[in-house]
Amino acid sequence: MADKQQQVVVKRARHKSSVKDPGTPGVLKLTKDRFTFMPNDPSSPVKHNVEFRTIKGHKFTKDGTKQALLNLTQDQGGNYIFEFENFPDRNVCKDFVASAIALSGEAGRTVPEKSAVPIQDEQLSAAEMERRIKLLQEDSDLQKLHKQFVIGGILSEAEFWATRKKLLEQNYSRRPKQRVALKNDMWSTKPLADGQSNRVTFNLTPEIILQIFAEKPAVRQAYLNFVPNKMTEKEFWTKYSRAEYLHSTKNVIAAAAEAAEDEELAVFLKQDDMLVNEARKKIRQVDPTLDMEADEGDDYMHLPIQDHGLPRNDNKDVLDSQYEPYRRSFSQHLNQHAAVVLQGRVIDVELGDTRSVAEALARTKHAELAKDASDVYLDKERLERISRMTEIEDLQAPRDPAVAPLSIKDPRDYFDSQQANAFSTLGDTVSGAKQLKCSVSTREAYCSLKECISEIKFQGLTEPTINSEVAFKVLNGLAQNISSNKYHLGRNPNESVLDSLPKITREELLLHWSSIQELLKHFWSSYPITTKYLLTKATKLKDAMSQIYPKLQEIKESVQSDLRHQVSLLVQPMLQALDAAFAHYDADVQNRSARSGERPNGF
Amino acid sequence: MSPPVPSKILTDDVSLLMVLIDSNPHFWSSIKPHFSFSKFLSHVLAFLNSILLLNQLNQVVVIATGINSCGYVFDSSSGSVSQRAESLLPKLEEFAENDESLSERDDDSGNGVGSSLLSGSLSMALCYIQRVFRSGPLHPQPRIICLHGSPDGPGQYVAIMNSIFSAQRSMVPIDSCVIGIQHSAFLQQASYITGGVYLKPQQLDGLFQYLATVFATDLHSRNFLQLPKPVGVDFRASCFCHKNTIDMGFICSVCLSIFCKHQKKCSTCGMLPNVCRSIFGQAQTRDPSASQQRK
Repeated sequence: MADKQQQVVVKRARHKSSVKDPGTPGVLKLTKDRFTFMPNDPSSPVKHNVEFRTIKGHKFTKDGTKQALLNLTQDQGGNYIFEFENFPDRNVCKDFVASAIALSGEAGRTVPEKSAVPIQDEQLSAAEMERRIKLLQEDSDLQKLHKQFVIGGILSEAEFWATRKKLLEQNYSRRPKQRVALKNDMWSTKPLADGQSNRVTFNLTPEIILQIFAEKPAVRQAYLNFVPNKMTEKEFWTKYSRAEYLHSTKNVIAAAAEAAEDEELAVFLKQDDMLVNEARKKIRQVDPTLDMEADEGDDYMHLPIQDHGLPRNDNKDVLDSQYEPYRRSFSQHLNQHAAVVLQGRVIDVELGDTRSVAEALARTKHAELAKDASDVYLDKERLERISRMTEIEDLQAPRDPAVAPLSIKDPRDYFDSQQANAFSTLGDTVSGAKQLKCSVSTREAYCSLKECISEIKFQGLTEPTINSEVAFKVLNGLAQNISSNKYHLGRNPNESVLDSLPKITREELLLHWSSIQELLKHFWSSYPITTKYLLTKATKLKDAMSQIYPKLQEIKESVQSDLRHQVSLLVQPMLQALDAAFAHYDADVQNRSARSGERPNGF
Repeated sequence: MSPPVPSKILTDDVSLLMVLIDSNPHFWSSIKPHFSFSKFLSHVLAFLNSILLLNQLNQVVVIATGINSCGYVFDSSSGSVSQRAESLLPKLEEFAENDESLSERDDDSGNGVGSSLLSGSLSMALCYIQRVFRSGPLHPQPRIICLHGSPDGPGQYVAIMNSIFSAQRSMVPIDSCVIGIQHSAFLQQASYITGGVYLKPQQLDGLFQYLATVFATDLHSRNFLQLPKPVGVDFRASCFCHKNTIDMGFICSVCLSIFCKHQKKCSTCGMLPNVCRSIFGQAQTRDPSASQQRK
């Protein structure tokens, strides 16, 4: 039912609104720019006529699964799911859809001068294209190169970006992936006490609430229990603030008195049992095989200042045991706060809704608990490790080192192997050198050397060491050398010849330089030529390079006479590089034609 | 091996000078009509003494570069009193004897001037400097000066490049004073890479003046002195198979070794032919003075 040239594809299919939906049977017709679906039942409302321009992608089930589905997705999130009778049908439609989407994607896009959209002859994801466009927009040099070569048809898109993968990745990973951490500020709940009136104001922001819930699980639990059943949120926080105020006055007895009256307040004033349980669990998880030597510095029991250096009241009243639960320990609070801050943000819920925050935190805690409880394997592993560590070392058999043997090559055959060769080839290594003929035997040479040494030993240094005229000449020569260098290379060592050229010339030179780099890179990478594709590529590159060549000559001539020498020094290596490339190309072409002369088939 | 932290260096102008003297007998006998070894030594000894006079804490160490061996011939800090440079003469004689005894008997005919073991003496200098770095809390600023005349031995290319890179890493500049007939590509590269001075004196009679004007400057003063700069540097490499100097060749993509001909297996990194997957691309190593064009 498909046209020979695949202009139109007509297949029986069912349209489904979701995967589970049985679907409406009908006929799906695919043409180059749109698809239409007509249900078998003319009264059914499921009729579709959609242009491929709006379809962004297609998904499909694998061959051999229960249903042969094809899902066409739109940009705005809508999708069309079609189920086919068999897989070959579906595959035909799938291929047609793929080409239709590609075609419509190309046609629908114009090529604006500014944004230089890359030409699609490969399947590119939208993210990849975005990255490329962004990179082109940021770097104008890159954009110029891109325009010159890709739009000019000398290089293909893929080749251009093939060597710039690192740039694209860098751009991509520059997006910040950091999140704001919890504040380390413990005193945020300090009330603002008005000196004049008897009012104390507490400010509670969602951020602070999150911290309170994270640090004090009892408060969180109380919130979940009390609100909205027993009291409103405002009341809850008022009570909590009152408890905090009582704590800040450090009046334990008053705290106990208030707690006795108000049982909800008592929750805030008492010790946090949940915390205690957590601490106990953590202690149990400490690895007993950890060997830490304790020394005097670790002895904090007998320090003169109790509580880790925090000064305590000297008149430590021994309170009745009934008041003990209401005493708050600062160090405990500090530790808990530190643990919470280090853990960071555990939940991702928005901070506006207090209840959801509390629930989310409770959930994470539960999950942790459950994980620990069910982690029998972890326990077993720990026990095993403990038993292993407590093995008596000298009763063990020596264990083979689990390493691969090192194989280092002997550096001697790397450095010295060609010494004999070197001697024989010494003649032609340095070009244009005058050959020092040593017609003296080794022994004689050494003799004369030793003679010279003993000459000095007996005669001493010559007086004067150096003739004054010679010294004067040397100084003059050096000074001239330095000043001429300075003149030629510029006053400032950082300044280069380029800065002294007129702006246009400099821009042109730099542009030619970067284009030559790019062209040469691709040119040399296509050798040795093995396929026709590489041959055409090399030819194209060579033509582009031969176009730049006369431009460089022009620049050399057009510049002012006093700068001409430097410009030619700059241009010289570029011309040399191009010459080498041309020579190689010509030699290769000659070889090729010589070989194809022998074999009439060419290659 | 971290570079020296500024607080570890003594005052600005204290320097440790490692002098590498070329004692290649073939070279010296070939250059005899123009410049003799004794004249050379007298200039150099005067120079060394003047360095020692510039600052009480200056140190000078001299290493002789022979054709079969290298050796330390003078260390100004050995002994209780700082010694004068003349005391290197007996040691130098000993060294020449030793070097002679190491050379093979049948090498009598004139083979052209052989190269001296520059790589060996560079390595010895760098080792001495490293020892000084680790010796105590304070040390002088080290630099190396090569008084060299023998032609470059392409077989030493790799070893010399290695010592140049380690000098660069330890921030030790290598100055070169070439007293031979031709320029030395290795020393040009060495001075360029490590930030030292390369000079080929026009007049060898005035060698002392050259040394005192250019090479006696300590590293701190070089920040505000203008010293002669070479116009271009010869960056040619030598290939690893034949040790010829080449400017266009093949490079292994794994270990970056340079070859003049296309090879199936890289001789540096490939152990088994089917394990090494080096791909050879043609590279062009040309004069990168053009690279100065990049802003």
